[in-house]
Amino acid sequence: MQTFQIYDPEDYYDELIDADGKPRPEAKLLIDKIDSLPHGDLALRQKEAEALLLKMGITFNVYGRDEGTEKIFPFDLIPRIVSSSDWQQIESGLKQRIHVLNLFIQDVYNDKKIFKDKVVPEDLVLSSKTYRKECEGFTPPRGIWCHVTGTDLVRDRDGRFYVLEDNLRCPSGVSYVLENRQVLKRTFPQVFQASRVRPVDEYPGKLFELLEFLAPDHVQSPTIGVLTPGMYNSAYFEHSFLSQQMGVELVQGHDLIVSDGFVHMLTTKGLQRVDVLYRRIDDDFIDPSVFRPDSVLGVKGLFEVYKAGHIAMANAPGTGIADDKVIYAYVPEIIRYYTGEDPILPNVPTYICRNDSDRSYVLDHLDKLVVKAANESGGYGMLIGPHATNEERAAFAEKIKAEPRNYMAQPTISLSRVPTIVGDRIEGRHVDLRPYILYGKDIYVQPGGLTRVALTKGSLVVNSSQGGGSKDTWVV
Amino acid sequence: MLSRVANSIYWMCRYIERAENIARFINVNLNLLLDTTEEGKHWKPLVMTTGDHEIFAQNDREYSQEAVIHFLTFDRNYPNSIARCLSAARENGRSIREIISSEMWEHLNHFYLDLTSKQSLTMALKDPHRFFKIIQLRSHLFTGLMESTMSHGEAWNFARIGMMMERADKTSRILDVKYFMLLPETTLVNAPIDQIQWMAVLKSASAFEMFRKKHHNITPHRVAEFLIFDSQFPRSIRHCINKAKEYLHRITGTPSGAAINLAEKRLGRIQADLEYTDIDEVIEMGMHEYLDSMQSRINDVGAAIGITFFNIKPIYPDVNNEQ
Repeated sequence: MQTFQIYDPEDYYDELIDADGKPRPEAKLLIDKIDSLPHGDLALRQKEAEALLLKMGITFNVYGRDEGTEKIFPFDLIPRIVSSSDWQQIESGLKQRIHVLNLFIQDVYNDKKIFKDKVVPEDLVLSSKTYRKECEGFTPPRGIWCHVTGTDLVRDRDGRFYVLEDNLRCPSGVSYVLENRQVLKRTFPQVFQASRVRPVDEYPGKLFELLEFLAPDHVQSPTIGVLTPGMYNSAYFEHSFLSQQMGVELVQGHDLIVSDGFVHMLTTKGLQRVDVLYRRIDDDFIDPSVFRPDSVLGVKGLFEVYKAGHIAMANAPGTGIADDKVIYAYVPEIIRYYTGEDPILPNVPTYICRNDSDRSYVLDHLDKLVVKAANESGGYGMLIGPHATNEERAAFAEKIKAEPRNYMAQPTISLSRVPTIVGDRIEGRHVDLRPYILYGKDIYVQPGGLTRVALTKGSLVVNSSQGGGSKDTWVV
Repeated sequence: MLSRVANSIYWMCRYIERAENIARFINVNLNLLLDTTEEGKHWKPLVMTTGDHEIFAQNDREYSQEAVIHFLTFDRNYPNSIARCLSAARENGRSIREIISSEMWEHLNHFYLDLTSKQSLTMALKDPHRFFKIIQLRSHLFTGLMESTMSHGEAWNFARIGMMMERADKTSRILDVKYFMLLPETTLVNAPIDQIQWMAVLKSASAFEMFRKKHHNITPHRVAEFLIFDSQFPRSIRHCINKAKEYLHRITGTPSGAAINLAEKRLGRIQADLEYTDIDEVIEMGMHEYLDSMQSRINDVGAAIGITFFNIKPIYPDVNNEQ
């Protein structure tokens, strides 16, 4: 069909096509394949893939529960391809960053050296909504806090990768990576094989090894569970999928009870002790006796058992401190502080609104900046200056003045694009990249990760709650 | 295994079995209509069988084929319609999809999505025989997938118990209603009977052919005996109870002669009664009284299973409508 003859990368970095309109070397096989398909074939394959996802029940719930409220997470057949040299840089950069963030969290809750050396202001950390006083003086099992991370990377017009956000609390989406891959293998088997795409399927096995590694020393074969808020949570499919792939229990708060200093599951044969929880519930909700008292999702007394060392949790409560979007701005300095090395992956330049000079710059340039709240996710609590109205900008300016600690701003990045199926055409759409990192005995970075794509023309918002979809990511 | 998971798999199977039974009842009735001339009358008994005729009557509906099929199959406000049963089965399945096999989940998901698609209603009204046959086959396919793709461990045994309890309940209901309608007075037991109607009773439990192999001639007495006491026919009450008890003991490891928990005791008592009662005693006692008591005892077993294994506090008097 010669689909790519009329494809225009415009003035953006395109992941598959170079500035001269030619396929990048790592994408050539795929582009040739797509160009050789008869007219309409790609759209048909796209439809088949969507039907397959629906049949597999890979859906997320839109709240309220009539029929028609279940949606598949939109998915685009054309993969994003990452060259091995780009990947090497990403992988080593992420390993460096996660290693350091873990040192930072341990230091913040224990020795507090980084405050004494005035690298990060103490009051900034202590005033974070994700700082957990309850974790002070505590070292989690094996000294690891951030076991599972999904770091958001973006590529700017200059072709460089930047770290946009560190998601160290409950990053979701890895199940889509695994399922998208299944669909792509069926859709482009020959290209897939010839391109020698690096496998992603090791992830559940690696996650299991990590959880097993955290179990208390005296436990021979630990009972491991994935703690989910339940089937109406939008990520429920993932919780269920991961527990199935690992062969561990999927538990909800009301399946668990604390007695005699241990956490137990209610089973058909009475109580059974649980040794490790991969919890997919935020700190706030895990234990109503310590954190939010109105939580019905958690387990009363869980935190005490945890602190006594009778259960391990991934990620460790308190880890969210490194997730604060203002503290993010300090990460390059934090890396230099603990390792003496320069960051391999740079941050996006960030203005910190609690600093007077940064704040006045931000307020003067709201039409050019992206402003984010320190602890929101899912694309909420942010202002995309260039796309906002005057009223929206004015309202946001008030919020910044009222609570400067809680905001940071970044220049609008021209996110790179990937060719995407739009009806019977192919057009460029903006993407980011979320690789998944596991920190256990060593640090493992899943080759690839989730490429999120803003399906609306010109949009820069890739979040699934705001009209984003996903693509398979090939590291070749 | 988790109590919640055991509860979900038990109900998932009960709901699928329930949906299949409704489809079969409708199909049998459709066939019966081909053999009779009176119009209109023959849809009311079907709704009576479900025990939910009062719900049906609430909306001033007429007992037409279209209204009854719609009510029993698609009505979202009727908790025992096929659509609601499959929805509940699927929701239960979704909450334990890491426990059941992917094949089971995908089939159940497809089963539900297909039933709720737009073409489904059109087909149910235009070609109901084929439509309800497909529903039955899909239920059988699910049972087969469960048999051959899922380990026969604790979860599987709970699933089978759910299926057996539902079957025993449905067989007792169909016999109860039909016996009463076709033979209102016990004195008429030896009067000429409507063969076609009694064949329909057997077909409602998929029992016609197997009955013929054993008895050849149809009499109400024999039909009732077969559906209650036959030890080999898979939908007789006795067979269902025997099987449920067998699965229960596999779960608990209690020797078959003994009973330790409430569920085992209640189930064992029904089993013993079925073992040591015969059809003449039942008729003497009154068929309706016997079956009515059987249904409430089956419900009591369900409640006991909930208390013993599912961590459910005994607050629901009517286990049948739970969840």
